[in-house]
Amino acid sequence: MDDIQKKLQTKSKATFQDYFGKGICYLCIGLIILLVTCILYFIASKGLATFTKNHVRVLDFLTKTNWNPGAIDAKGHPDIGALPMIVTSFSVTLLAAIIATPFALGVAIFMAEFSSKRGTKILQPVIELLVGIPSVVYGFIGLSVIVPFIRNVFGGTGFGILSGTLVLFVMILPTITSLSVDSLKSVPMYYRQASLALGATRWQTIYKVVLRSAIPGILTAIIFGMARAFGEALAVQMVIGNATLMPKNLISPASTLTSKLTTDIGNTVMGTLPNNALWSLALILLLMSLILNMLVKFIGKRGRF
Amino acid sequence: MKEYNLTDSYITDITEKKALSTDNLQVYYGDNHAIFDANLNFPRYKITALIGASGCGKSTFLRCLNRMNDKVARVDGEIMYRNTDINSSKINVYEVRKHIGMVFQRPNPFAKSIKENIIFALKNAGINQKDELEERLEQSLKSAALWDEVKDNLNKSALALSGGQQQRLCIARSIAMKPDILLLDEPASALDPISTSKIEETLQTLKKDYSIIIVTHNLQQASRISDYTAFLHLGHIIEYNSTVNVFTHPKMRPTEDYVSGNFG
Repeated sequence: MDDIQKKLQTKSKATFQDYFGKGICYLCIGLIILLVTCILYFIASKGLATFTKNHVRVLDFLTKTNWNPGAIDAKGHPDIGALPMIVTSFSVTLLAAIIATPFALGVAIFMAEFSSKRGTKILQPVIELLVGIPSVVYGFIGLSVIVPFIRNVFGGTGFGILSGTLVLFVMILPTITSLSVDSLKSVPMYYRQASLALGATRWQTIYKVVLRSAIPGILTAIIFGMARAFGEALAVQMVIGNATLMPKNLISPASTLTSKLTTDIGNTVMGTLPNNALWSLALILLLMSLILNMLVKFIGKRGRF
Repeated sequence: MKEYNLTDSYITDITEKKALSTDNLQVYYGDNHAIFDANLNFPRYKITALIGASGCGKSTFLRCLNRMNDKVARVDGEIMYRNTDINSSKINVYEVRKHIGMVFQRPNPFAKSIKENIIFALKNAGINQKDELEERLEQSLKSAALWDEVKDNLNKSALALSGGQQQRLCIARSIAMKPDILLLDEPASALDPISTSKIEETLQTLKKDYSIIIVTHNLQQASRISDYTAFLHLGHIIEYNSTVNVFTHPKMRPTEDYVSGNFG
């Protein structure tokens, strides 16, 4: 066996470097998978204890409107109905998304199609800055500006879904905008050229060609915005009123899943029913964000025509 | 690269009816002067080829003709179409492009169905009657020699077509607008020989009704399909003559070198 044949059949330094690199990657992936599984297991086991250990019926939990974990009703069941929180959470999320989308799209179209390079250079950091502002600051501004404003205009306390929606609107605007800009910019230049060369106006080109082919990306942007709104706790808690009641209108105090969690989690004892009930709320939040994430994947896959 | 005297040129007079002509056309990319004093007359219902080495400005020149260089480059000089200077800033560019269609180097159908690709521009132009749309759809696809291949699948995605079919769809899409002039920017350079010959056949039949200006890298293609040929070098139009003359009796030295392969 000559030297070359021997070298061909033995492992060299490069081979071991390869193993080492792969090893590190797998280790990191393993850690993250472990972490996610632990979180899922922890929340699920705690959240399901309400139903398995404390014998609350799932249907009651999802449809009843009284939230009073300490008390027991006439039939001996604990009074745990999460419907008000679920309804409020969905209301603020959907309303915020509905209000934010047109504004975000407008800004995104301006940035991707109209503004000069310099304009984009100025706008981009402004929008990124909005993402970076801590939620407590948004909540504080909401508390000192929006709540009094709503109180003056509509009466009542000023706390409620409307205030929550307005705060969330500002918070998810940059998310939807920057993701939409990316998706508009990824529409190939030759689509625009083809459209213009056919005598289409700029507006026709944007509306019928660019926006059409960016739809999956824009929907993804909206869903990411909704995920952020759904999971936002602090800012919402500061303006929503924190009353565990079925919302009667947009300006009556209410409480979302997240705001209920942040308000109450410090006041309950680990392992008791009131604590488990809060974990059940967390489980709903987790499931919702899973569903939203899957929706994003699904839209991404359906993608283009 | 050989040094040539770029100021000498031979430009033949076109005695036929003109579809389009340029007068002292200059193009600048920033400070970079890309096209110098282009004076060309394009005859009606003929195919005119623009040839030249890469970077000589032939695509740049072509793109001026339907104002696709707006916001990309500065274009000075006149482009006369129906006795109107369409290079003026007062001109409605969208109308210009309705009369002067363009097909690009890479097939670029929209991510829509075949049918929607064709009627896209028609609907934008305000044509909404169903019969009219159907008729134009069929006619343009037939003119582009694509009808027989796609007539059963008009609602299929245009992206599912082969490259050659996509390019013919792009031609069909342009002629659905019934333009006067068709500009083609190396329409066959991304295609295989069979698709190329189909495109060439299509162009031969289209020239009955359209004045065609085509940019091509492929000298055989230029000699096969065109009636007139312009040779460009470094932004200058060196020679413009009937295709036969350009290829068999070139008047200028650079042209002779280029068509005989002694260039550079």
